[in-house]
Amino acid sequence: MSLATETRPLTRREWLLSDRPQSRLQARLGRAYMTWRRFSANRLAVVGLLILLGLCFVAAFADLLAPHSPVIGNLAGARLLPPGSEGYLLGTDDQGRDILSRLIHGSRLTLAVVVLVAIIAAPVGLIVGAVAGYAGGWIDAILMRVTDIFLAFPKLVLALAFVAALGPGIENAVIAIAITSWPPYARIARAETLTVRNSDYIAAVRLMGASPARIVFRHVVPMCMSSLIVRVTLDMAGIILTAAGLGFLGLGAQPPLPEWGAMIASGRRFILDQWWVATMPGIAILIVSLGFNLLGDGLRDALDPRESGQ
Amino acid sequence: MSMSDTVRMSGRRRARSRKAIAAVLQFLVVVATTYLGLLAVTFFIGRVIPIDPVLAVLGDRAPQHVVERTREAMGLNLPLYQQFFIYCQQALSGDFGTSVLTTNPVMTDIRRVFPATIELATLGTVIGALIGVPLGVLAAVKRGSIADQIVRVIGLVGYSVPIFWLALLALLVFYARLRWVAYPGRIDIVYEYTFSPITGFYLVDALWQRQWDVFRDVFRHIILPASLLGYFSLAYISRMTRSFMLNELQQEYIVAARAKGLSEARIIWAHALRNAAVPLVTVIALSYAGLLEGSVLTETVFAWPGLGLYITNSLQNADMNAVLGGTIIIGSVFIGINLLSDLLYRTLDPRTRAR
Repeated sequence: MSLATETRPLTRREWLLSDRPQSRLQARLGRAYMTWRRFSANRLAVVGLLILLGLCFVAAFADLLAPHSPVIGNLAGARLLPPGSEGYLLGTDDQGRDILSRLIHGSRLTLAVVVLVAIIAAPVGLIVGAVAGYAGGWIDAILMRVTDIFLAFPKLVLALAFVAALGPGIENAVIAIAITSWPPYARIARAETLTVRNSDYIAAVRLMGASPARIVFRHVVPMCMSSLIVRVTLDMAGIILTAAGLGFLGLGAQPPLPEWGAMIASGRRFILDQWWVATMPGIAILIVSLGFNLLGDGLRDALDPRESGQ
Repeated sequence: MSMSDTVRMSGRRRARSRKAIAAVLQFLVVVATTYLGLLAVTFFIGRVIPIDPVLAVLGDRAPQHVVERTREAMGLNLPLYQQFFIYCQQALSGDFGTSVLTTNPVMTDIRRVFPATIELATLGTVIGALIGVPLGVLAAVKRGSIADQIVRVIGLVGYSVPIFWLALLALLVFYARLRWVAYPGRIDIVYEYTFSPITGFYLVDALWQRQWDVFRDVFRHIILPASLLGYFSLAYISRMTRSFMLNELQQEYIVAARAKGLSEARIIWAHALRNAAVPLVTVIALSYAGLLEGSVLTETVFAWPGLGLYITNSLQNADMNAVLGGTIIIGSVFIGINLLSDLLYRTLDPRTRAR
């Protein structure tokens, strides 16, 4: 009887949930599976994930999905058509361009801004925080003072001033946002580093003769990743809103690029009569940043059970 | 009291006062370095990033000797650290140069427009706190209920919606369609020349002078932008209130209060909220600072003649002196509020006081 149950092959689920994993791979997959189960139990978080997958899909296949050109409109016959007009699901703008097509192509810009800011700001914050936390002493004091100074600045206004000096454009908007958004990551990385710094495994690695750089990059930084990912995801919504705000003020992407914030700005003139020109891009921004917020909340609950429930 | 007791007491007191002095010193260092950082960053933006400030003033066709003379007159031939020192001196005495757009000293302009921003942000924070705190308490007490979910959605949307877009839609609905509020701007043209403000806070001025029709008009102008800003601080405040309240409601003193037979209302409002109030003060102060900054986009939409509109107008006209002056002022207030709320937190919460 017991022999029969033991020889029965494990189901995949049992293999994943085994509390005595046979290999490192199995342990890792098991942990990932547990995280996924916690995450997917949160329905709103799954909705957020779907929204963002949808965004990536639309951005990847924009050329195939968009029914019209995003920059060349039909000036003669299709200016300011209301939503639901034939061939123009969300209507057209003042230059006869299909709003849906512009939104679809604009998703690329949104995604590009978010990804670029994340890959610039997150590593900077991570390294500053991990080095400060691991080194301690005056290096820690100086790095954290600089971080606190940047943290105390008004982000949007500073980004505005940066773009004003660098000149308008989407690259400069990305740089400006990245410069103002790394400090929270440094704080998080430092806090995580302080908790692992005196643990036994770090002492063991040090005893084996690892250099400080190796310890920080191979053994400290990975421990900071999960809280950092949560924070970055939650910040994405703010980054999108800031980028859209810069675009709205004419400091982000320049025409004829279909950036959503700039589209709202150009639709502003017709808001009283042709409300859809400014409304549609705003809905797109709202949906995407809502997606990031929902995903971030869900990730926090799944990756960081200590923080959840509040 | 014996002799040794008195000695010990005074020693302890001395140690305590030494600690207090150290804390004050530390606070001053924080203030000083933060402001220095702000000045350094704006200096960097204004002086180092643009290719050549002289070129910006003279254009590219000026003869060489004029360029040299202007460079000297602007102090640009000095080493950078000397330039920075002069810059700090000027900024600290409130001299940000002259605005190219208005030809006034930047500080004069800022003094004129800043009350409008303060008035808007203050009313916004009041609205946000008056609605946000009760909503957060409700969500925490009825955790997991429909009410909690609704508050959560209100907060999430507030975090996710672009403020300038919502402002445009609000104008479309409440001004253009429903006619509930007045058109963008601060006051009707009719009153613009008859009403003489004293403090620059129009609501206060109108009340003070008992001009009720002006007050009504000003209120009809300010209520929509203030409500929008209020919504944004509400999203933040209600979320934080909920989290603080949940934390308090788990504490043992709540169980003790229940065991004593206190009414649920008294437990929630007099005991739990009282303890949650300390971090809440910080949150409200921070959201106030956030609104000062968020007013940049709102003011543009509502043609609100405040600091935000001033900065964006200057931006569009490449008026760097005005942009940097405005940035420094908003930055200073922002930093000041940040540090003050930190200080307030320490003095209000007995647990964080140095023993």
